[in-house]
Amino acid sequence: MDITLDLNGTSHRLDVDPRTTLLDALRHDLGLTGTKKGCDHGQCGACTVLMDGRRINSCLTLACMAEGKEITTIEGIGTPDQLSPLQQQFLDHDGFQCGYCTPGQICSATAMLEEIAAGWPSHASGSLEGPFDLSHAEIAERMSGNLCRCAAYSNIVAAIRQAAKADALHKDAA
Amino acid sequence: MTRHLRVDEPIHDSPLDQMAQGVLGQPLNRLEGPLKVSGRATYAAESRPRGMAYGVLVQAAIPAGKVLGIEDAPGAIAVIQDKRMIRYAAQGLAEEGPKAGPEEVEYMGQAIALVVADSLEAARHAAQNLKIRYDVQDVPVDPTAVVPELPPKKQSSTGDLDKAMQQAPFSVDAVWHTPTHAAAAMEPHAAIAEWDGDSVTIRAGLQMLSSNRKQMADALGIRPKKLRLLAPYVGGGFGSKLGINAEAVAAAIAARELGRPVQVVMTRQQVFDLAHRRSETRQRIRLACDHEGRLTGIGHEALVSNLPGSDFSEPVTQATPFTYAAAHRQIVHAVARIHRSCAGSVRAPGEAVGVTVFECALDELAEAADIDPVALRLRNIPTVEPDTERPFSSHKLAEALHEGAERFNWSERRPPRQRVEGEWFIGMGMATAVRVNQLVEARAKVTLGPDGRAIVETDMTDIGTGTYTILGQIAAEALGLPQERVEVRLGDTDFPPATGSGGSFGAASSGTSVYLACEEVRQQIAKAMGCEAVDLTLQNGLARAGNVEKPLSDVIQSPLVGEGYVEPGKTEKSVRQATWGSHWAEVAVNRWTGEVRVRRMLGLFSCGRILNEKTARSQCLGGMVFGMGIALTEALEHDPRDGHAVTRDLGEYHIPCHADVPHLEVHFVPERDPYVGPLQAKGIGELSICGSGAAILNAIHNACGIRVRDLPATPDKIIAALDP
Amino acid sequence: MKPFSFHRAASVADLPAGATIIAGGTNLLDLMKLEVMTPDALVDITRLSLDRIEPAADGLRIGALVRNSDLAADAVIRRDYPVLTRALLAGASGQLRNMATTGGNLMQRTRCPYFYDRRMACNKREPGTGCAAIGGITRNHAILGTSDHCIATYPGDMAVALRALDAEVEIDGPAPRRVPLADFHRLPGDTPHVETVLKPGEIITAVVLPAPVGGQQRYRKVRDRASYAFALVSVAAVIRVQDGRIAHAALAFGGVAAKPWRDPDAERLLIGQQPSDALFQSAADTVLRLARSQGDNGFKIPLLRRTLIATLRDATGMEAAA
Repeated sequence: MDITLDLNGTSHRLDVDPRTTLLDALRHDLGLTGTKKGCDHGQCGACTVLMDGRRINSCLTLACMAEGKEITTIEGIGTPDQLSPLQQQFLDHDGFQCGYCTPGQICSATAMLEEIAAGWPSHASGSLEGPFDLSHAEIAERMSGNLCRCAAYSNIVAAIRQAAKADALHKDAA
Repeated sequence: MTRHLRVDEPIHDSPLDQMAQGVLGQPLNRLEGPLKVSGRATYAAESRPRGMAYGVLVQAAIPAGKVLGIEDAPGAIAVIQDKRMIRYAAQGLAEEGPKAGPEEVEYMGQAIALVVADSLEAARHAAQNLKIRYDVQDVPVDPTAVVPELPPKKQSSTGDLDKAMQQAPFSVDAVWHTPTHAAAAMEPHAAIAEWDGDSVTIRAGLQMLSSNRKQMADALGIRPKKLRLLAPYVGGGFGSKLGINAEAVAAAIAARELGRPVQVVMTRQQVFDLAHRRSETRQRIRLACDHEGRLTGIGHEALVSNLPGSDFSEPVTQATPFTYAAAHRQIVHAVARIHRSCAGSVRAPGEAVGVTVFECALDELAEAADIDPVALRLRNIPTVEPDTERPFSSHKLAEALHEGAERFNWSERRPPRQRVEGEWFIGMGMATAVRVNQLVEARAKVTLGPDGRAIVETDMTDIGTGTYTILGQIAAEALGLPQERVEVRLGDTDFPPATGSGGSFGAASSGTSVYLACEEVRQQIAKAMGCEAVDLTLQNGLARAGNVEKPLSDVIQSPLVGEGYVEPGKTEKSVRQATWGSHWAEVAVNRWTGEVRVRRMLGLFSCGRILNEKTARSQCLGGMVFGMGIALTEALEHDPRDGHAVTRDLGEYHIPCHADVPHLEVHFVPERDPYVGPLQAKGIGELSICGSGAAILNAIHNACGIRVRDLPATPDKIIAALDP
Repeated sequence: MKPFSFHRAASVADLPAGATIIAGGTNLLDLMKLEVMTPDALVDITRLSLDRIEPAADGLRIGALVRNSDLAADAVIRRDYPVLTRALLAGASGQLRNMATTGGNLMQRTRCPYFYDRRMACNKREPGTGCAAIGGITRNHAILGTSDHCIATYPGDMAVALRALDAEVEIDGPAPRRVPLADFHRLPGDTPHVETVLKPGEIITAVVLPAPVGGQQRYRKVRDRASYAFALVSVAAVIRVQDGRIAHAALAFGGVAAKPWRDPDAERLLIGQQPSDALFQSAADTVLRLARSQGDNGFKIPLLRRTLIATLRDATGMEAAA
């Protein structure tokens, strides 16, 4: 079937099998292999992309159901020469080793910080009222949908906290 | 020209310490980092040659027997059943392909065919709907239900352990069980094969290209030079990609048969079935000590399993003979031949489970003898390797124990159940870390251009270990260049062969080969400068000798090429090489639900020279968490009737997630090991697993008084022993 | 995945006959990839306007397409039904909660690994073939309400809280109706493939919550790792203590049966009593009186008991006083 995907700010027309997941459409049809397939069943988070700004597992989304949504993949977040602040913190804190879960971690963290800003509680929140802090426990719980077998977890949380802190300073200054 | 070094003698003064760039050891960011964080690093399945077809492996649905026939599937281009397809993965460093002939089934889930179609969707659907006829064979799948083999070379005994046990004032005699573990690297095994005439290029997730090339050539029946392997980025290995696996062989066969490139990616479930598993173990530990806590007896009996005829057996007791001294010792290594999937190396084979269990037993002995666990270990550090009387190449266990105790505030540890916070018991535990060290053959080529830029080439891989970065740092240091002026090219069999990533030997071995190649280049620069190599200083692209200083561009007219080749020599046998450290953990155990939360962990490690403090630390963090998984969450369960892996996805096989991991602290005990060559660096990727689980399990006991000997320590195991 | 025709629903009244509904897809696609589920036609309902949380007579109406994350973050839910927010946040991951819907969550199927594995016999997947889980690895299986045909659990968290809140399921179809959540899921009996009372041609349009009952609300989930795992057991509790005695008690249990489990006898036993460990023990005895171990999952019996006691101690203030 013919579909149109709004991807990283550009519109793409595709002819896909209805069975094609958004993940496979990205990787096979569009050649955007930054989004990774780790389990194909929503059990690892390597395929995380943003759909209308929210983080989702692209492996459990049919490409045809993503029509009309704004999709952002890791390729749309930054480039090697122009990393997003979060990507730069991952690099500086060594928030990865093999790098396979990394695009998913970064997409997830990008949206997760928005969720905190929007006042969403988490399983780790003591009270449901908010505002919610950027403690290690809060960030780790919210990032738990992204597995990392190299276990760069400690560094990932440090990277996210640093990026969020820098962002807050930036906002205060503005 | 090739600079060759066989490490026969210790090198006490490392030439690298005379160099001026000051980049070696620095905590630099990863060279390939910008590509990884932006999703531009391309892994095995991430190229799209024109006309590529998609293959999906078909798996046996019987525990053993014969495939009698496979009915073709609608929607597929081909169903490939080829005698050359392999039954299981090659073991690490094998020189030949593993057993072929997929029509004979040895375990449930074995690959028996490949379905190829124009799309992944079509191939997967066809593969799921083949009609397959079998002749089913009844086979044992339970390691405790068969009489195990006792390979004579793997048994050893000194003195009279039984007597030592009887006579000792304090002793421990208990049995532990660890379940099957999976490497569970995040990137599933994948390959893309493309033929050009009678030559084939295979892009795959592999850790050891030079031996993989031999295995693959043997499996396909072609000459190695007709085969090129590419693995520029590998999404984690942990042993699971040491040897070639079914997907790459099948992709190559299919691509040849169909005359078009073929991609085969394992599903996550297939990875659990087809990648080597770490064997489950049954370990009986016997320990005896005198009133002062001096060990008089050590017994370590291990039962592991593998398929009949498979030569790998989890070397559970590998570190036991040299970690602590005792006059009476007995090592038993038994192998049950059963039809679960093939067992092989998973990160730190042997010590990952052997040291973990042994260090738990030692904690029990400390309790029995009423001696502080740290003191007990300090009291039993041998000065030379027991039995062989060989010296240790270096040995910093005592330092790691002393410094760890201080940094962790070990003195605040209380007896079990004395620290309570609400529903939680709090406790502290520790363990020794130990892992054998090994240097292996490696070659590398370094090219220095007149533009003052260097290129490092070797078929070594970076599986997340930091190889790109540390090889770049070694070359930058040796050639006096800023790091950004060194390009490192890896993961291509067109480059000089290294042994690869495995056994923690990658960095030291390939690093030494790069250093040697640089020495060769330095020699050529010295010649051009008219000085001896020892009088040459290279820094920031300048060459200096005496009062003469010139930019490299003035010295070099055409690219200088050096090759380096290192191989292990006499120091492999003349000394006992190992890496040492200590693990510390504080846990909370819920008195009602038995849930365990790790609150903090500390690791101290001595691994010789640290080549990059940042990437080295990350390796240690990863190992500590790997050990956490062994202690608390990981178990690949086998069905008792047919042996198939039941918890075969990432929803059921629980690797630790973000929420399981607190902030972890890692420190390195300063050390150089002269017996491993000029780099004085040792392995780092596995040491941090060995014992980290024991620190957690010992902390659980210190928290709530419960010993979990049947790993992992999930809530059910804890509540079974908690008060009602 | 078996080929299927794909449709987009224009309205609830106009769903193609025989098509399987897809919304979040988090469980359906998971099962379709394994061909455990093989629908011939899918109808995407995500563009229907069933995504509102709105006041209803004496309570709250949650549209079937409200995402788990939106439901968990909703200010009214957080204030008036915190056990629901807690249960939602204890489930899955941030990504999955952004996809999973209220209706879909009620329809999610068991995580029994034998159900997921087409090599294995499964009465739920293929009626009449047997149950390979019995006699296999049964660590995550049910201890209550099982049959000789099936020992699978309902794996979700949200529905456990909804059960404690006495929610109802609003169903549209040829004969629109409301079904108490208590009656929505079915125990396996000899038809484990029939998991709910939903009939062909029917669709969940909303979940309706009664007026808030206040009290202390807890959702306690015990699992094999700290997050991103299914429950070994879970307890949803809504407890109100008045003048030192329990005035209201609603308890629902997850991970132990093919449906969110509730035991009115255990609740009756608590009402009017002063909180005590002995009282909680007898409540646990009552809940577990018919519990049956399959071997590996026998630990769920003491684990449920302990988790219930801990939850009740916490909700009645005993833990804080200790």
